Amino acid sequence: MMAPRTHTKLRIIVASLLCLCSLGVASVSDWRQHVPESDRARANPYALDADAVSIGKKLFQQSCAQCHGDDANGRTHKPSLRSEDVRTATDGELFWLLTNGSVRHGMPSWSRLPESQRWQIIAFLRSFNRAAAASHQGTTKSATIGK
Amino acid sequence: MVASAALCLAPSARAQENYFVTYSHHMEEPGNLEIENQSVIGDPRGGNAFLANATELEYGAKGWWTTELYLDSQWTQHESSIFTGFKWENRFRPLAAEHWINPVLYVEFEDTSADKTMLEVVGHDGIGDLADRNDRSQREREIETKLILSSNHAGWNFSENLVAEKNLAAEPWEFGYAFGLSRPLSTRASASACTFCRENVDLGAEIYGGLGDASRLGLQDTSHYIAPVMSLRAPAGATFKVSPGFGLNDHSQGFILRVGVSYEITQIVSKLRGQ
Repeated sequence: MMAPRTHTKLRIIVASLLCLCSLGVASVSDWRQHVPESDRARANPYALDADAVSIGKKLFQQSCAQCHGDDANGRTHKPSLRSEDVRTATDGELFWLLTNGSVRHGMPSWSRLPESQRWQIIAFLRSFNRAAAASHQGTTKSATIGK
Repeated sequence: MVASAALCLAPSARAQENYFVTYSHHMEEPGNLEIENQSVIGDPRGGNAFLANATELEYGAKGWWTTELYLDSQWTQHESSIFTGFKWENRFRPLAAEHWINPVLYVEFEDTSADKTMLEVVGHDGIGDLADRNDRSQREREIETKLILSSNHAGWNFSENLVAEKNLAAEPWEFGYAFGLSRPLSTRASASACTFCRENVDLGAEIYGGLGDASRLGLQDTSHYIAPVMSLRAPAGATFKVSPGFGLNDHSQGFILRVGVSYEITQIVSKLRGQ
């Protein structure tokens, strides 16, 4: 039978390991916590530019699709950019992530792309939100007609 | 064979370096392999014309760590063609986020002889070294370190490198520098795919040279070069670079011409695993 002292030690080790793991997970998924307020509030100057989505799509294919997939659904060990995390992030937060990367977690900095091009990539990512909203609206409408 | 076919069909990204000698803080994307060939042509006074070649395999090991293997060779007119040796380079980015100035630490081990690739100019390197005959018996095992500082502003990249190199055969530390700046011709991208559009062309210049060694620090008997650089990123993943270099003093080679071509294979390990 295990002595109570050994039990306590085991609990401390397990708890420490869990804490470390949760810290690791938190640092991967909670990148938004690191974004300074001034960056978070930045608006996309290309949000209303009709060409920004198509330009952003081209840039996405050149620089991002290699990891996140042509359709941005992600690849092995590389996250989807259609996720809740990206969908709910502000333009400023996404711009901050593109500029700084998450170097310790495999996302490189894309500061070598000119600012305008980074914003255009974000305009392209935002087009997923609009497409998802339109498809959701269509589903709701047909469900109402069905009733 | 399947892996080779997959690599041939692999989509490609763009090379991240705009210079030949100067390094910026831009690292290779993790998982990508860039294959590059850089050549330098020169015709030194009192020596034979040469074409020195460096084939580079650059791999993004981590977001903060890029590792690179160089295989160097050389052809010298009226002499011979030789394999001059290898270099193993590692670059580490200590700070995770982008800053006004971004430091990168560089460490390289090289084992070469009669090397004329001139990818670094340090100490009292000069035209005499380029005029030397191809002699493979003079092996040089060296450690080279660099402090790379680099910034991006309004589409421009400004890079400053301080170089310290030590021949392991009990010679003093040698020092050098390289500064570069570059910018795409246009920071605005076009919607359609294009090859010769302005966004794909980068123009810049670099200046580099020696600063003497630990026993005789300074500009005396050192060589210095200024070189405009132009690069063109082709849509399929190839990048072409050209740079005419001009010696700035009597100790420098009057004119050298550098040309480079690189091709980047994205996520090579995943592709080899069939993912």
